[in-house]
Amino acid sequence: MSVKHALLALLSWKPSTMYQLRKAFDASTGETWPLNIGQVSTTLQRLERDGLVEQELAEAGEPEPWKLTAGGRAEVDAWWQSPVPRETPGRDELVIKLALAVTVPGVDVAALVQRQRSATLQVLHDITKARRGVEQADIAVRLVLDNHIFTTEAELRWLDDVEETLVRAQATATAGTTAPVQADRQGPTPAKTAKARSRR
Amino acid sequence: MNAANSPVLEIRNASRVHGQGERAVQALADANLRINAGEFVAIMGPSGSGKSTLLHLAGGLDIPTCGQVLVEGTDLASLSIARRAVIRRQSVGYVFQDFNLLPALTAAENVAFPLELDGWQRKKARQAALASLEETGVAMLADRRPEDMSGGQAQRVAIARALVGPRRLLLADEPTGALDSATGTAILRLLREKADNGAAVLMVTHEARYAAWTDRTLFLRDGRIIDQSGPSDASELLAQGTA
Ligand SMILES: Nc1ncnc2c1ncn2[C@@H]1O[C@H](COP(=O)(O)OP(=O)(O)O)[C@@H](O)[C@H]1O
Ligand SMILES: [Mg+2]
Repeated sequence: MSVKHALLALLSWKPSTMYQLRKAFDASTGETWPLNIGQVSTTLQRLERDGLVEQELAEAGEPEPWKLTAGGRAEVDAWWQSPVPRETPGRDELVIKLALAVTVPGVDVAALVQRQRSATLQVLHDITKARRGVEQADIAVRLVLDNHIFTTEAELRWLDDVEETLVRAQATATAGTTAPVQADRQGPTPAKTAKARSRR
Repeated sequence: MNAANSPVLEIRNASRVHGQGERAVQALADANLRINAGEFVAIMGPSGSGKSTLLHLAGGLDIPTCGQVLVEGTDLASLSIARRAVIRRQSVGYVFQDFNLLPALTAAENVAFPLELDGWQRKKARQAALASLEETGVAMLADRRPEDMSGGQAQRVAIARALVGPRRLLLADEPTGALDSATGTAILRLLREKADNGAAVLMVTHEARYAAWTDRTLFLRDGRIIDQSGPSDASELLAQGTA
């Protein structure tokens, strides 16, 4: 996440002190990525070095607010103008873990999928609860939380899909055709046996 | 009234087997579940995993092959068919995916209908129906027929019908199935409110985003409750999980 551009964008709105910047950032993002003051401070120093921000003279005893230079303003404009590059599908630990789970023999993939589903749904429960408490008017925070809801939901859908794929692969494997997939459930449950029988 | 901690629904070691011998299908295996007043619980699972069976048992529409189902402390299997029908009408509200409203009746008549079946006077039943429609935010539809309502409106009327009178257990089988996302969310808001006001709510859903509105979600697989998930106690997990 670009702390640099976030701070430039806030300064293009109005000159602010370090503490005001941190507060404004946290408020607009629903405190989902809390910034510490050290991050704000080092980022501002770097921006100053690059000639994008400068400090205003303040009245005696007051902290000096930061403001954009002309270069800083151009940088913000360019940021608004350009799309955020979609990161190349990265090293998502869950994706790698599941790919390994279906490769390495002896892993109970179904149980692994369920544990993940339960944990991810718990996160969705939490986000939804937070989202319910957000005022209708607080559009910035709503859209941040909605983004979390969409991505969490997508992971759950993907897990459902993984499970279906495994069940199907297992069905073809036990039907005696091909595909040695290590879905390795701990044998059929009584309920399954009863149903399997009924399908004959 | 001790609304907060008495189980409205209790399912003890309940199983349901359809058919016999070679053709037996175990739709539900050894299910245990307790829902208190004010609790909202979701059931998720692939199709055929026993979700509707569990709801049917909870609502007394079906009885378990073994095990018990207690609604407000009464074992449904111990009742005569007639008594069970009374509990079903008086204590349990059922919401179906396709609303199940009677097309020839207005919203108010649909909602008043179960009360009139119970021998309520027409006028009193209408009053209760109007109050229930008011509560679900569709009082203005009282004299409209289902064909003149949107899906979301019809589902609100169905919920009003499910909760009219003194009922404290609400069972909903995919109540958002046919609805768009905004309307689905409105229905969830309504069910959540019902639970917050003391009803026990059990809902089947395919959508994680709706399950996330509840206090906990049960996972069914092959007739078994295999796991459950709910909000964490500490909501700072939100910050941790996404930082
Ligand atoms: N009346 C019935 N006779 C025979 N099998 C049934 C009957 N009702 C349900 N089943 C079977 O029981 C299992 C669970 O069904 P159900 O509870 O409807 O699942 P879900 O609602 O999760 O899709 C399925 O395998 C279904 O085919
Ligand atoms: Mg069903």
